[in-house]
Formats: sequence, structure tokens, C-alpha cells
Amino acid sequence: MMRRTLLALALLATPAAAQERFITISSTTSTEQSGLFGHILPLFREATGITARVVALGTGQALDVGRRGDADVVFVHDRAAEERFVAEGFATRRQHVMFNDFVIIGPASDPARISGSRDSAVALRRIAEARAPFISRGDRSGTHAAELRLWQQAGVEPTGAWYRAVGQGMGPALNTAAAQNAYLLADRGTWLAFRNRQELRVLTEGDPRLFNQYGVMLVNPARHPHVKAADGQAFVDWITSPAGQAAIAGYRIQGEQLFFPNATQPEPVTSS
Amino acid sequence: MAARGLGAVGGMSAAELRAEGLCFAAGGVAILHDVSFSIGPGAPSLIIGPNGAGKSVLLRLLHRLLAPGAGQVASTGAQAMLFQKPVLLRRSVAANIAHALSLAGIRDTGRIAEALEEVGLPHLAGRPARLLSGGEQQRVALARALALRPDILFLDEPTASLDPAATRAVEAIVTRAAARGVKVVMTTHDLHQARRLAGEILLLHRGRLIEQAPAATFFSQPQSAEARAFLRGDILE
Amino acid sequence: MNDLTSALQQGVSLILSGDAALWAIITLSLSVSLSATLIAACIGLPLGALLAVTRFPGRQWLLVAMNALMGLPPVVAGLVIYILLSRSGPLGSLGLLFTPGAMIIAQAVLITPILAALTRQVLEGLWEEYAEQLRSLGSGPWRAVGTLLRDGRFALLTVLLAGFGRASAEVGAVMVVGGNIEGFTRVMTTAIALETSKGDLPLALALGMVLMTIVLGVNAAAQWLREASARWAG
Repeated sequence: MMRRTLLALALLATPAAAQERFITISSTTSTEQSGLFGHILPLFREATGITARVVALGTGQALDVGRRGDADVVFVHDRAAEERFVAEGFATRRQHVMFNDFVIIGPASDPARISGSRDSAVALRRIAEARAPFISRGDRSGTHAAELRLWQQAGVEPTGAWYRAVGQGMGPALNTAAAQNAYLLADRGTWLAFRNRQELRVLTEGDPRLFNQYGVMLVNPARHPHVKAADGQAFVDWITSPAGQAAIAGYRIQGEQLFFPNATQPEPVTSS
Repeated sequence: MAARGLGAVGGMSAAELRAEGLCFAAGGVAILHDVSFSIGPGAPSLIIGPNGAGKSVLLRLLHRLLAPGAGQVASTGAQAMLFQKPVLLRRSVAANIAHALSLAGIRDTGRIAEALEEVGLPHLAGRPARLLSGGEQQRVALARALALRPDILFLDEPTASLDPAATRAVEAIVTRAAARGVKVVMTTHDLHQARRLAGEILLLHRGRLIEQAPAATFFSQPQSAEARAFLRGDILE
Repeated sequence: MNDLTSALQQGVSLILSGDAALWAIITLSLSVSLSATLIAACIGLPLGALLAVTRFPGRQWLLVAMNALMGLPPVVAGLVIYILLSRSGPLGSLGLLFTPGAMIIAQAVLITPILAALTRQVLEGLWEEYAEQLRSLGSGPWRAVGTLLRDGRFALLTVLLAGFGRASAEVGAVMVVGGNIEGFTRVMTTAIALETSKGDLPLALALGMVLMTIVLGVNAAAQWLREASARWAG
């Protein structure tokens, strides 16, 4: 029995032990569920021989994983939180990678009548006045942070039975919204990859405030000496390089591009 | 615990048992009161008495499976014990005997075949022991005990659950072993069995030793009132 | 209902087509749960055997604790092990977090109390049956452990199957300590959770069907063992 145990463990440990070069990236559920990683990571491997293992969590958790040193690279979409991360010394710098936008999703019947307006503040105000069901991520994710900012800009404090925090990722939140015919804020990437839409449609889009910037950071080896600094930096370099940026732009669902690379450009007029 | 027996104690020869002032209680109920006797080598000693007399407890005290509340047991020689329901392991007949031998540190595996011959079951050596009939299982238990070549063999109502044919077979084996020099100490509630097998009788009633006598004497001239009542077939209270 | 039916159909064809990603997930699940069961057995079986035959002060409390641990929520076990294996934790230098090794550890921790408690039950019953005769033959409780383990081998195999079934079915622990990394620590249960949340039902259903087949197979094997044991060893 003992020998079989050791043999089994050895077999399982072998991929890691057999000198496969790998890095651990903590990223967000929305990024992973959009399918982006499935597209770009094989290209990264071809270019560098490094395998990237992605642990997908909410932005808050992804940053915590970086703080604990359990990842080499952090790739999320909450600028304020990322800059805090750098200020705390867990990374030495953050860089733009790409952006996409958020959209306000809702039932085709649109009880709050937000469709047709490009103004997210107006849309949210109407939802609050109509007390129409709204699903919030409620999980310290980048999407959640963005959502809270938008409520603030709309001048509304969302409380009441119509405002439901699910504390889960984008996918489960979308499922819940579909089941309850509710409104919610989603990133376009996850929405495009989502297959259980039922009555849900995009009702508000195009507001510059709905812009969503992604950033990448190497976890600071001075704080966590075991971090794979060289290989992690190779990922940061690749994804901000023309090759990596082209890979991002090349990812499409049904012909639609999900993410727009902007590593070398300043971000467009932002949410504040 | 290990019922191996001691060396010669206090002037005892091989295969001797002495009980002195044995008392035993369980759950606040006294089961044995001040039982004292000694048993020497020779023909089988049968311990008889009504149910609840304490026969099984007495046997377990003699074999040191139980510790007395007061008093002591002295014995010489190697011991083995059979129980009313044979307890065999979930393996083959031969493996059961081999297990007992290895526990005793005996390397001579030839004893397995020898023991099975003695109980008339050499053809069952490879069979799963627990799939045998009750009588066959008890004979396997006997073979296991005899393979150890004990000086004293305890048997606690070994045929109480067996049919007449199996009973006869077991009694024959026990008699042959006794004739070979194994000291048999056996309990039974069957008076007829006692008549058939006993060289000596010990009558137990309500936890006390009432009478101990050679079998012939006991059956023809019982000394105590309880013995006379028991032999008449009265129910002893 | 039509969606469900068509999703089921797609699921079946995914399985039959031998989709590589699907089978990688299945084989990883099996090897993680098997390894966890073996490790848990090495600890749980002797522990259960000891508890069955020995008596010592505090034994009652140990039994209570063990029975309580049987109900340990997998996600709690996962959380504790995550904290231990994190680079900022005491065992961080092992570098096990987010690897199959961590998943094996988490599942082993989960099912060891189950194996120990069930083993104790099986062997205590056997010991009650055998105690007098074994002691008569000179085998005290400690020496008897080997005998009991061997005699109870069929029942103990059933216990192992129960542990394996529990390990295969849990998702909380392996999700937290494994990170559900595609192609590396994604197992059937975590994949089902992910695909369901993405609304990709065919793949989730395919995995669900395979998982149920395994669970059914395990239970059928346990039943066959019970019957075989009665037939062969009595």
C-alpha cells in the first residue's frame, strides 16, 4: 500500500518536478470566463516556452493572492486597487494591458425603461426609482468596484429588496439575473461568452464611464523572494509587446472583438 | 492474560489447577463465592450445575480470561480453550490452525495435518472455515486447540448447540485426547454427557462449589442435598 | 426542457468522442481522489483499528472529535489547508498551493476521519466476536490488530470505497487549494461548477454524467464485495 501511494504521488508531482517552466497568474473570473486566456496563453507558451497557470478569482481575492506571494503575476481590472497594491510595495509598477467596457444588461421587457440612453447614471437612477430587480456581484471584484462607482456617480445609494448582492463571479451573477429577469452590470467579454441569456439583452452601452481598464503587475520579488521574477517579467513583457497585444486583439467571439489592447497608449477618458 | 500457565508452583506437578477463595462479581451482582478446589491430572473433570450457577465464569477465571475479585488461581502447563460457539477466523481451516501455531511461536506446520487427522477433517483443510456446519466448525476449533498440545484443555459447553451426531464426534475426540494425557476441564448442563465423559464431577450452584467427587461416587452416592435434587432432575433454585 | 435534452445529447457525444480536455479532467479527478484515499487509509485504518481494540483515558473524547470531523465541511478543510500551504503560511516553502498535491492533501484530510470512524466500527464488531478466543490463543489487543484487519478485509474495502466516493464528490476543498487551473488542477467537480456558472451546460452535464457513473460504480462494487464476502469467507 505504501509503495502505491508514493508511486501515485510521484506521478502527480512529476509535471511540476519535471522542470516544466511555469508561472502562476492570479486573475479575475471575468477575464477567464471570457475565454481570453485559452486563446493567448498557448501563444505565450510558443513564444517563450513558459506555461502560465491561471487562478481565476474576484479582483480583491486575486490581489490578496499576490500579497501572500502565492502568484507571480497579478492581472486584474481595478486601477485604484492596483495602485494601492503598488503603494503597499507588493509590486514595483503596474502597466496598462487592454480595456473593454461594461454594459448594463436587463430583461427585454425593460420595466425601468433604460434602453436607448447611453448615460449609465440616468439608467441606474431609473432602475432605482422603478425598484426593478438588480443583481450586484457583491464580491470585491473589479466589476463590483466599477458598479459601486457608477451608483455613486448616479447619486443613488442602492438599498432595498430590489438590490441583490450574490457574492459570486460574473457567470453565476448572470445566471441569477437571467433567472430573475433582473438588471445587472457585466463586462462585455463575459457577456459575449455567456450562453444562458434567456430574456436578457444589452440595454445601455457606450458611456465613457463604463470603460474598464486591465492592468498587469509582477509581484515584487523583494517582498517574496521565491517569486519567479524572470519568467513573470517575461509574461509582463510579452503581453505588453506588439505580439501579445496582437494576440489580445485577435480574440473574437462570433466575429466580435472583446478586448482592446492599449499597453502603450494612455487610457481613454476615464471613469473617475 | 495469556493463558499459558506457570511453571511448577507450590509443589504442583504438570497439568494441575488450584483455585483458592475465588470470588467474582459483575455489575454489582456476586457470581462466585469463595470457591476453592484443586484438580489434578487424569480423567476429565466436569463442572456441572444449573444455568446461572457460574460455571462459565469459573472456567474463564481458571483460564485467566477474567481476573477474580478475590482469591487466586494457580496452574501449571500450557492451556487451550473452546467456547460454546466456535470462533473461527474468516480464512481456511488450515489457516486458522496455522494462525494459532504462529501465535504460540510454534514453527512445526506438520501439526496442522496431524490435528486435522485427529478430528477426522483432513479433507476440509482448504475450505473457508466459516462456511462449515456447526459441528465441523467445533471440530476445527478442537483441532486448533489440540495442535498446540496443551496440558489442560478447557471446554465451555462445547456441544450445547450441536446435533447428536456432531456431539458424538466431539465427545469421541475429547475422550481420545484425555486418554492421551490431556487434562480436560469441561462445563456442561447435560447430565447424560457428564455421565459419559466425567472422571470427576464438581457441582456448582449459585456461585458456590457444593460437591466435588469422583464420578462414580457422585452418581451413586451424592453427598449433598443439592446433588441429590439435581440428579433426581429437580430444578434447583 | 428541449434545451436540457439537447444539452444531454451533446454531453453524451462529448464523452463518446474522447474529447482530450474532458478525459484529462476525468483522469486527474480519479488520480487525485485515489491518492487521497490511499493516504487517508494509511492513517485512518490503523487509527481506527487502535481505537477499536484499546481503551485509554480520553478515548471517548477522541471518538467524539472524530465523529465531528466526519462532518467537516470540505470548504472549511480547504480554507485551513490553503492558509497552511500559502507562501505566507507555515508550509509555504513546499510550493504545493495550486497544485494537485495540495488537492490530494485536502481530500486526504477530509476523508481520514471517515475511514478511521468506519474502520473502528467494523473492527470493534469483529473484536467483540473474537476477543475471548484470541486472548485464549495468546493474542492481546495489539497483536490482534493485524488479524482483525485481515479478517475484516472485505468490510474494509467497502470502507475505502466509501472514502473514495466522498473524495470524488467534493468540490469545496479542491476548488480553494487547487485554484481550478485549466489543464492542471481542474477536476470534474470544479469543472462542473465553472461550466455551470458560464452557462455551458453540455460540458457540465457530460462531466456530471461521468461523475455519477463513477459514484454508481463505486456503490455497485461495494455491494458486490459484501455479497462476495458472505459467499467466500462467511
